[in-house]
Amino acid sequence: MSKKELLLGNFAVARGAYEAGATVATAYPGTPSTEITEYIARYDEINSEWSTNEKVALEVAIGSSIAGSRSIVSMKHVGLNVAADPFMTVTYTGVNSGLVIAVADDPSMHSSQNEQDTRYFGMAGKCPVLEPSNSQECKDYTKMAFEISEKFDTPVILRLTTRISHSQSIVSLENRITDEEIISRPYDKNPDKYISAPANARKRRVIIEERLDKLQEFANNPKNNLINVEYNDKAIGIITSGASYQYAKEVCPNASFFKLGMVYPLPKEAITEFVNTCDKVYVIEELEPIFEKEIKSWGLNVIGKEIFPTIGELSPEIIRNCLKEAGELNSESLVTYDVQEDLPVRPPVLCPGCHHRGPFYILKKLKLNVSGDIGCYTLGGVPPLSAIDTTICMGASIGMAHGFEMAKGKEFAKKSVAVIGDSTFWHSGVTGLIDIVYNKGNSTVIVLDNSITAMTGHQENPSTGKTLKGDIAPQIDFVALGKAIGIKRVVEVDAYDLEKLEEVIKTEVNAEEPSLIITKRPCILIKGIKFEYKDLQVNSEKCNGCKLCLRIGCPAISFNNETKKAEINKSLCVGCGLCVDVCKRSAIELMEKKD
Amino acid sequence: MNILIAAVGGQGAVLASKVLGKLAQNIGKDVKVSEVHGMSQRGGSVVAHVKFGDKIYSPVVERGSADIVLAFELLEGARYVDYLKEDGILISNTQKINPMPVIIGAVDYPEDITQKMAEKNINTKFVNAMDLAKESGNIKTVNTVLIGLLAKNSPISKDEWVKAIKETVPERFLDVNLKAFEMGYNLN
Repeated sequence: MSKKELLLGNFAVARGAYEAGATVATAYPGTPSTEITEYIARYDEINSEWSTNEKVALEVAIGSSIAGSRSIVSMKHVGLNVAADPFMTVTYTGVNSGLVIAVADDPSMHSSQNEQDTRYFGMAGKCPVLEPSNSQECKDYTKMAFEISEKFDTPVILRLTTRISHSQSIVSLENRITDEEIISRPYDKNPDKYISAPANARKRRVIIEERLDKLQEFANNPKNNLINVEYNDKAIGIITSGASYQYAKEVCPNASFFKLGMVYPLPKEAITEFVNTCDKVYVIEELEPIFEKEIKSWGLNVIGKEIFPTIGELSPEIIRNCLKEAGELNSESLVTYDVQEDLPVRPPVLCPGCHHRGPFYILKKLKLNVSGDIGCYTLGGVPPLSAIDTTICMGASIGMAHGFEMAKGKEFAKKSVAVIGDSTFWHSGVTGLIDIVYNKGNSTVIVLDNSITAMTGHQENPSTGKTLKGDIAPQIDFVALGKAIGIKRVVEVDAYDLEKLEEVIKTEVNAEEPSLIITKRPCILIKGIKFEYKDLQVNSEKCNGCKLCLRIGCPAISFNNETKKAEINKSLCVGCGLCVDVCKRSAIELMEKKD
Repeated sequence: MNILIAAVGGQGAVLASKVLGKLAQNIGKDVKVSEVHGMSQRGGSVVAHVKFGDKIYSPVVERGSADIVLAFELLEGARYVDYLKEDGILISNTQKINPMPVIIGAVDYPEDITQKMAEKNINTKFVNAMDLAKESGNIKTVNTVLIGLLAKNSPISKDEWVKAIKETVPERFLDVNLKAFEMGYNLN
């Protein structure tokens, strides 16, 4: 079979796991890693799930590896922070069947709260890290990662970046392995290895260092395909990996290249030979100067972050300009058209009919201190809603609201709320809520339940009633949970009912005990949901152009500068009716209900 | 061939990039397609890079090197016109979609975009793709109308374009998309 397909990097990782005979895949969705597991779920041979968070996902994968299945767990860079605890120890225990941890970094933060370099985690955990530079390598390295994992008894990180995860290039497809001994190994019942208590862990600590030496030796051998050395013009040598390799190759097609497939540990001998063969060597790496620092620590002379930026994604343009400034290239700059400066920005917005709009409108109106969280609803922090004060990481909103109270007391708590989405609540909000109850806090927590993990593109979670594979699943009940952990004040409210929302929020923030409010309405983009469509229109005789309706930030409502009246774009409006409640002159009218 | 697709989230930029990717593969070229999703799905500015040729390294188009900027919305065309190479062509929809800062009245939608492009002697082809999409029977075919116009301005045969569309667009939307493609193709 030599079928070639144009595949997204993430799809190619999934294909690699399939071809390698993996039978377990776990993940919590997060851009840019999400599609790996979505695609894996299409293979019947692979038992896959959305776990409640990345820590759980890794723990499940560790369990299945020890039980004897090749396992892959996928997450974005910040997900590895959540999973750091099991990660830092599974590198001690090692594996039975191969364990691959696919982690997608997001240089330039296209869709993330920070910029991290997962290679640091590899170093901290003494865990080998492979980094592909196109979709074909995404597939090949995934398969190699399973082999290396088993050969060296270690988990392996497959490090991706947005440009690798989310770009498509051509991949040759192969068949899934049929070797039953690889696909299903016996359970490795080996307590001395897998119980990481001090006496065992101390022994494993030594093994890890020996393992790193062996890995380095393995990487040094060109036969193992973890390095790719191309000698062209030896005046300039470039050491690089991943997307940076592709950018550098485009800018300097005639230079000599040392492309790393394993980015930790580094093949010292092979790199030393390369540096000594070339007249001048540049290290081009995205984000942190990890190769550079290590190579310099060996006493070798290379140039890196002296000329290349540490912040953000690299690009051919950046590399070209940096090398030009360093006097290395003298090609002319490309001519670019510039039509006009100061074009209006086009930030992402909450969709028309979005569940989150009503709660945020009320929170802003009541001038509350709002600790927010990660999801579509983070968009409630931008104008015109501007209803969120803080966002740190998944699940942080609830603990932070308690922190507000710890700092400023009960009266301050009466002016504060935490907001969190349903998926994020299951991810890591629930423990914060238990903390509030246990420590006798008074915080009000609002779960914005739109019944899906929306921001990453609609993944199932414990509130949706379905699994990743589409099977019916128990729907975990917020009300019962709130009561079970000891919250007496649990209220469910329709997210479109502004009057009721305002009343509930006012009452609950004033209560001198913890409250849990669950606002409900499914995300309007969920396929197959029933939506009571209302046809809305602006009565131009009643509209006085006060623009109050614009404050809800609905993309379907705009202001006509000529007529000085509000307008509703019918192709965008879904008829949620929030604007009807907001308009003080009753100028937005409900027309007959459509079928 | 370097093509940059500039659009507003939800306009079908990803599908358009898939058609181009398929086309390139069918004519035996190396090809890379790159897009950034996530936040950009929610009505934000979206851009997809498509590159094909004998051997492609970088998956992103460098500014000043695009043969074509294919804009699904006028303002987005202006935003990414700096990707065009000197003799490149901007193919743009004339449809305007107000971004949130315009909706809430913080800034105005620039009214002189086409005029400024003319002043800079940019090779442009403007089309009201929304009207043609409506005529084709589905307003969501704006992307295919524009692909039609792109096809007409490309050295690749029409049959290859039709084949790529047939292999990419889901069966039930195929007829309406082929109609939209024809409309775009027959524009000039």
